[in-house]
Amino acid sequence: MAGNNGGKRSLRVVGKPFVKVDAKAKCIGELKFADDLFLPRMLHTKLLRSTVPHARIVHIDVSKAKAYPGVHAVLTGADLPPITYGALPVSEDEYPLAVGKVRMVGDPVAAVAAVDEDVATEALDLVAVEYEPLSVVTSIQDAYATAEPRIHEYGEFGNIHRRQAYEFGSIEAGFAEADYVREDITFYEGSTHLALEQHASLAQFSHDGKLTLWTSTQDMHYLHRHLAKVLQMPASHIRVIATPNGGGFGGKCDPFNHEIVVCKLAMVTGRPVKICLTREEVFYCHRGRHPVLMSTKTGYKKDGSITAMHHRTILDGGAYGGHGVASTFYTGILQPTTYKLPNYRFEAVRVFTNKAPCGPKRGHGTPQPRWAQEIQMDKIADQLGLDPAEMRKQHAIAPNSITANWIRIGTLSLRQCIDKVVAGSGWKDKFRKLAYGKGIGIACSAYMTGTQTPIYYNKLPHSGVQLKLDRSGGVCVFCGSAEIGQGSDSILAYIVAEVLGIDPFDIRVVTGDTDLTPVDLGSYSSRVTLMTGNAAIEAAERARHMLREAVAAKLEVPPERLSFADRRVFDSENPEKGVSFVDAVCLAEEKYGTLGTTGSYKPPAAPGKYKGATIGPSPAFSCTAAIAEVEVNPETGIIVVPRIWIAHDIGQAINPVLAVGQIEGCVYMGLGEALMEEMAYRGNRNLVHKFPSFLEYKSPTTLEMCDVITYLVEEPDANGPFGAKEVGQGPQLPVPPAIANAVYDAVGIRIDEVPITPDKVLKAIRAKAKGQEGRYGPSAFPTCPMPAAMVVPTPWQGGDGKALEGEPALTKK
Amino acid sequence: MLRLPKFRYLQPDSIGAAIRMMADNGPDAMFVAGGTDLYPNMKRRQQTPKVVIGLAQINDLRTTKGQLKDGVVLGANLTLSEVTDDSRIRHAYPAVARAAELISTPLLRNMGSIGGNLLLDTRCNYYDQNYEWRKAIHFCMKKDGDICWVAPSSPRCWAVQSSDCAPVMVAIGAKVKLVSSSGERMIPAAELYNDDGIRHLNKRPDELLTEIHLPAVNGWRATYWKLRRRGSFDFPVLGVAVSLKLSKDKTVEDSKIILGGVGSYPIEAATAEKIIAGKKLTEEIIREAAQAAYQPAKPLDNTDFAMTWRKEMARYYVAGTLRELAKL
Repeated sequence: MAGNNGGKRSLRVVGKPFVKVDAKAKCIGELKFADDLFLPRMLHTKLLRSTVPHARIVHIDVSKAKAYPGVHAVLTGADLPPITYGALPVSEDEYPLAVGKVRMVGDPVAAVAAVDEDVATEALDLVAVEYEPLSVVTSIQDAYATAEPRIHEYGEFGNIHRRQAYEFGSIEAGFAEADYVREDITFYEGSTHLALEQHASLAQFSHDGKLTLWTSTQDMHYLHRHLAKVLQMPASHIRVIATPNGGGFGGKCDPFNHEIVVCKLAMVTGRPVKICLTREEVFYCHRGRHPVLMSTKTGYKKDGSITAMHHRTILDGGAYGGHGVASTFYTGILQPTTYKLPNYRFEAVRVFTNKAPCGPKRGHGTPQPRWAQEIQMDKIADQLGLDPAEMRKQHAIAPNSITANWIRIGTLSLRQCIDKVVAGSGWKDKFRKLAYGKGIGIACSAYMTGTQTPIYYNKLPHSGVQLKLDRSGGVCVFCGSAEIGQGSDSILAYIVAEVLGIDPFDIRVVTGDTDLTPVDLGSYSSRVTLMTGNAAIEAAERARHMLREAVAAKLEVPPERLSFADRRVFDSENPEKGVSFVDAVCLAEEKYGTLGTTGSYKPPAAPGKYKGATIGPSPAFSCTAAIAEVEVNPETGIIVVPRIWIAHDIGQAINPVLAVGQIEGCVYMGLGEALMEEMAYRGNRNLVHKFPSFLEYKSPTTLEMCDVITYLVEEPDANGPFGAKEVGQGPQLPVPPAIANAVYDAVGIRIDEVPITPDKVLKAIRAKAKGQEGRYGPSAFPTCPMPAAMVVPTPWQGGDGKALEGEPALTKK
Repeated sequence: MLRLPKFRYLQPDSIGAAIRMMADNGPDAMFVAGGTDLYPNMKRRQQTPKVVIGLAQINDLRTTKGQLKDGVVLGANLTLSEVTDDSRIRHAYPAVARAAELISTPLLRNMGSIGGNLLLDTRCNYYDQNYEWRKAIHFCMKKDGDICWVAPSSPRCWAVQSSDCAPVMVAIGAKVKLVSSSGERMIPAAELYNDDGIRHLNKRPDELLTEIHLPAVNGWRATYWKLRRRGSFDFPVLGVAVSLKLSKDKTVEDSKIILGGVGSYPIEAATAEKIIAGKKLTEEIIREAAQAAYQPAKPLDNTDFAMTWRKEMARYYVAGTLRELAKL
C-alpha cells in the first residue's frame, strides 16, 4: 500500500498545523461560491412549489406566466423527458419537475426563467395549478396503516419502501446464554444540515452543444451521470464544476431537481441560467437525518458482555428514496463495530411519508442506532453496578478483528480513547458523586472511513489524482474531490508537499471539475482524505521516482540515497550535495519529456460475501469516546452542557488543527440534535414543515456551544494515507447519548428520545417524584410483516462470509 | 433569495414632514425605523406597503431628554444598543436596559429601535412564514385568510405579543406620545396594547410614535426575566416584568406584575399583585403570588416550546423576579 511508505519517513508537513490553502480567499471574501457567479445575459430562475402534500395534478396553465414581460421560459414536468433519477440506482423515483402528482409541500411543479428574480417571483403567481388531493401519509404509523394511495408505485407494498432482515449467528442461542435480557424502545428525531450556504447553481449551454453547470454539490461525479441520463446527452458533453461549498454535511450529496432544471432552461433559452434557493427551499431539499424508531433487545452477562442483540428500526423516509436504502442499512449494519457482539439480528423498515425526503446527514443512519445502544449500555451498567466507562472498555471490540456481520476492523484504539476522556474529565471523582442536578455521562462509537463500494456498481478506481510538473518548478494537483469546507483541497497539497519535499503553498490544487480533474466519487462517507490521499501519494511517489532518477544521474549518487526536503533534492549522506527542486524538475523533464503522473485508489475487498455485505465495510474504522457534563435545573427541566471531553482515534492527523475543528463541529452538531433540533411538521395542517427558517428551527449558536476538550489518539492504520482515518463524522455519534446518560446521572431520569427538551425532562422528573418510572420516550413499536431473515454464520461459527443456502433473501410479501 | 416587494421610499427630515407624507399617502404607507421587523415581514408578504417612510434622518427621534428626578424621555428611534449603552438608563431603569439588551443579536440591536420594539408585530408560527408556506395552509385571519389555525374555532387571532420592552414599559408605567396630522396624544403604555393578535395596538396606522416617557423612579425597583430557547437571539416565549415599591420595612406598597409572550398583549397578573400588596415578600408569599400569576398566562401552540411547559414556566419566572427584587 502506498500509504505505508509515508509512515517510515519523518514527517515535515503531515501532522503539522498548516493554514488551509483556501483560508485567505475565504476570509477576505475572494472565494466564489455558486451564488457569487455572474455571467453576461444571465437569467434567474424561481421554482413554483407544491402547496399541497399529496395530490394528482389535474391541470397546469402557464400561459399567463409565459406572456409576462421579462419572462424567457416556463417549464413544467411535461417539458422534460419522462426520466426519473435519484441518488441510488434502486430508488430513482424523482422528476426534476412534478409529473402527474406531487408528494410533499415544496415539490417543484414549474420553473420560470426571467430577467431577474423579482420578475421570476411575480410570474410564479401567474401559473395556475389544479390539484386533486390524495389522502396524506403523515407518520410511520400512518404509512403502516395506509395501503392506498401509495406515494410511490414501487417499493415493498403500500407505503413501505424497503424492508431488510439479517441474522448473523444465532440470537436464540445468544439470548439463552445471557444472564439478563432487556428491550428498550427509543426514538431519534429527524434533523437537517443547516449549511450556511443555500444551494445555488448556474448553467450555461454553449454554441458547440456543450453544457456547463457550476453548482454547490458534494458529489459532482454522481450528479454528472444523472444529468446525462435525464437530459439525454452524452456525459462527455457535460461539464460539472463543483463550486466551493459553504457547508455540506450530507445535504448536497443528492442530485437535485433545481440543478437539472437550470440546465434545461439554459438549453431552452440559450442564455446562462442561475438559481439560488431560499432557506425555506433548502428545508424542502432536506435529505437530512431520518427520524428512527428503534427496538433494541439485548442479552448480556453479569460482567456486561453482550451475548446477543435483536435490533429493529423503522425509518420515516419522507417523500423520496434518495440515499434512503443505504440509510436503512446504516441504522443497524455498523452496530457490531464498537463492542463485541457475537450474535446479531437486524431488521429495518423504511416508509414513505408526504414530508421532505430524508437522507445522509453527518453519520448517515448511524447516530440513531448508536444512541439506542449507548443509552442501553448505561442502563445495563447501572443495573449491574458497573462503572459504564470500565464496562465499555472491557467489551470494546478488538483491533484487527472481523465482526459478526463480516466487517473487517483494522486499528481501533477505543480503550485508549476511553482512558483519555476518563482521565481528562475526572470521571472517577464525578460519576454518581456530583450534587443533584449535576451529572456526567459517557458514550462511545466507531465509524467507517469511506465505503468499500461505490453507489453504482463498477470496478473502477474510487479516486484519481493527476500531477503536472514543469520546468517552472510548479506542481499542480488535479482531483475530482469537492471542497465542502472540510479542507479536502488542503489535504491534497499537504500530502503532495510531504512526498516531494516542498511547501504546500508551492502547489496549485485544481479540484471538482469533470473536464479538468480525474474522477473522485465525492465528499461523502468520510472517504475523501483516505481515498484522495492514497491516490495523491501514488501520483506523488511516481513523480518523485522520476525526479530521483534524473537527479541521481546528474549528481552521480545512487537514487535511493536521495532525499526530498526544503525544496531540495539532495544526497542524504552529504546534504550539501544536491539540486533545487526546480532544477530537479528540469532534469526530469529533460530526461522523460513532459512530466505528468497519476495515482488512483480502490478500497480492498471485504470478507463478507452475502447479498448486502457491500454496505458497511470500509478500509479503516475510527473510534471515539465522549464524556459530557450537564447541569439540569430540576424546577424547569432546562439542561445546560458546560463541557464535553472527546477523544478520537484518527490514525494520523494530516493536519491536527483541521482535525480538531472537525471534532468540535461534530460536538456542535451532536449538541443540537441532543437538545433542540426537530424536523417538525403540522400533521393536521396540510403537513407543512412547522418552521422552515433559521430563526424558528432551533439549533445552537456559538453562544450555546459547550467547551470542548479534544484528544487526538493516533494509531496509524495501514490502509490510510500516512495512517490517517476519518474524523468528519464519527465524533458526532457519542455526543447525544453521552448527554442523555449525564442527565440520568444528574437527576435520575431516562430520556429515551432526542431532542431532550425541558418539557420532557420535567415530565420525567415529576413522574419519578410520584413514584412512577422516571422516563420519557416511546413505549410501543409497531410491527410490519417482515421477510425471513438472511442467515449468515459468523466467523467464529466457521462461516465463510456467505449466507446459508436455501434462505430466502429479502423476499417480497 | 427572498425578495422585497417593490415600494417607494421616502425620507423626511422632521416629524412634521413625516406625518405630512403619511397623510398624503394614506393607508398604502408605513413608517420604518430600523426595519428589523418590517423588512422581513415585507419579504414574507405579511405587510406590503407601497410607500415606506424612513425615520432615520429625523434627529428629534434620536434624543434622550429630561432629568432623572422628573423622569426621562426617550426618542422612539433610539436604537436598542443606544438605550442599552446609556449609563443613566442602566443606572435608573435597569429593567429597561436589560429588556433592550436581551433583544435579538448585537447586529439587530444596532439597527432596531426602542419604539419599533414597542410596536413589534405580534408573532405566530402560522403567520411568520413565507407567502408560499402560508398559501399551503390557506392563510390565516391575520393575513390573507379567515381562520386562526392555533384555535380554529376561535373568532379572534391569537398571535403573540413578543416585544421584550413592552411588558417592562407597562410595568413601570411609561407613557408614549403618538403624533399624527390630526394632533398628538399621550397614553400610558398599558393602553397602547390590545388583547387581539391582529388589532394588537391602540394606535392608528397614521400615528407616529415619537417619544417614550419613563416616569421618575421615585423608589420603585423593577426587573425583567426572559425565557427563550437560545440566549443568543430568540424572541421571548415568556417575559416577566415586575415593578415594586417597598416601604422601609420591606412591605410591598404597590406593584405591577406583567407577563409578556404568553398572550396577544402584556398581561397584568392582578391577583398576584393583590396577594403581595401590604405584605413582606417571604418565600411563602412569593410562592402564593407565583401560583396566582401563572393562571392568566394563555400560551398556545404557536411559538417555540411545548405550550403547557411555557405556562408552567410563568410560575417559576414570577417567583424568580420577586425573589430578585426582594433580594432573597
